Amino acid sequence: MRKAWWKILSVLLLVYTFTVGLMANVPRLPQLQETIRNLYFHVCMWFAMMILFIISVVHAILFLRNNKLKHDICSRQYAVIGIIFGILGYSTGAIWMSYTWADPNNPAYASFSTIARDPKLIGAAIALLIYFAYLVLRDSITDMDKKARISAVYNIFAFAFLFPTIWILPRLLPSLHPGQEGNPALNTNDVDSRMRMVFYPAILGWTLLGVWITTLKIRINLLKEKMLIYE
Amino acid sequence: MKKFATSFVFCLLMLFTLAQDTAETEMADLMRSNGKIYVVIAVMLTILLGLIFYLVRLDKKISRLEKDKH
Repeated sequence: MRKAWWKILSVLLLVYTFTVGLMANVPRLPQLQETIRNLYFHVCMWFAMMILFIISVVHAILFLRNNKLKHDICSRQYAVIGIIFGILGYSTGAIWMSYTWADPNNPAYASFSTIARDPKLIGAAIALLIYFAYLVLRDSITDMDKKARISAVYNIFAFAFLFPTIWILPRLLPSLHPGQEGNPALNTNDVDSRMRMVFYPAILGWTLLGVWITTLKIRINLLKEKMLIYE
Repeated sequence: MKKFATSFVFCLLMLFTLAQDTAETEMADLMRSNGKIYVVIAVMLTILLGLIFYLVRLDKKISRLEKDKH
């Protein structure tokens, strides 16, 4: 365990999220009721995804600048864990919406067609699909240098596409998802101070957990590279 | 007078038993209070800590591998 303090911090923040997040008082809102606590879980997945993708694109640019294979490995692993957090965010959102948006007289699967047309969901799906394509493209090239270079360039493209798909488009079109008029969960009208006490630590905790998992994968891959050299 | 006293005592006893029927049996109720939310917290914490434990083991194993290589 090298440089363990931030890993311990991550665990402590997550334990704090899981206990205080479920026990502390939250605003009593119709429709949302206790599900407002999903803010500490569902929303944090997207924050963690965004931060991991930013780290990934930074490594992609660094690779293009100095051609070090380490940056390529980092870029790939951060993208993968970012995708996992994205999938988790998407599926938790699917559960959450089927109990808050769906017509209570109409089961979730019957009203799903109207929900699935929501621009925010389509945008997020496109963004994730572009990142899936990143993995497919990467693994289809056998030549190491070419693979690293092309996937770094594609990574920048995929990152650029995050902005129209999950930041701009959903704000232009009417959506059931909150936050059309600004930044969901960040403006002071949505989240009151009691919830922010848990929300910000939760974001940090989840992100650090994602970074921890990624560093493990990076270290394994670096070991693999070294073994290839020694063989 | 004595008869009255015994019946009074019996009445009290009966009241006591009745009261016991209606009153809740008070226990150390931390895990059962607030709609049993603490049970959910315990389950979620167990899962979280289990995963973290796994991550720590993985971390240590990789550290050992890295030491062997150098």
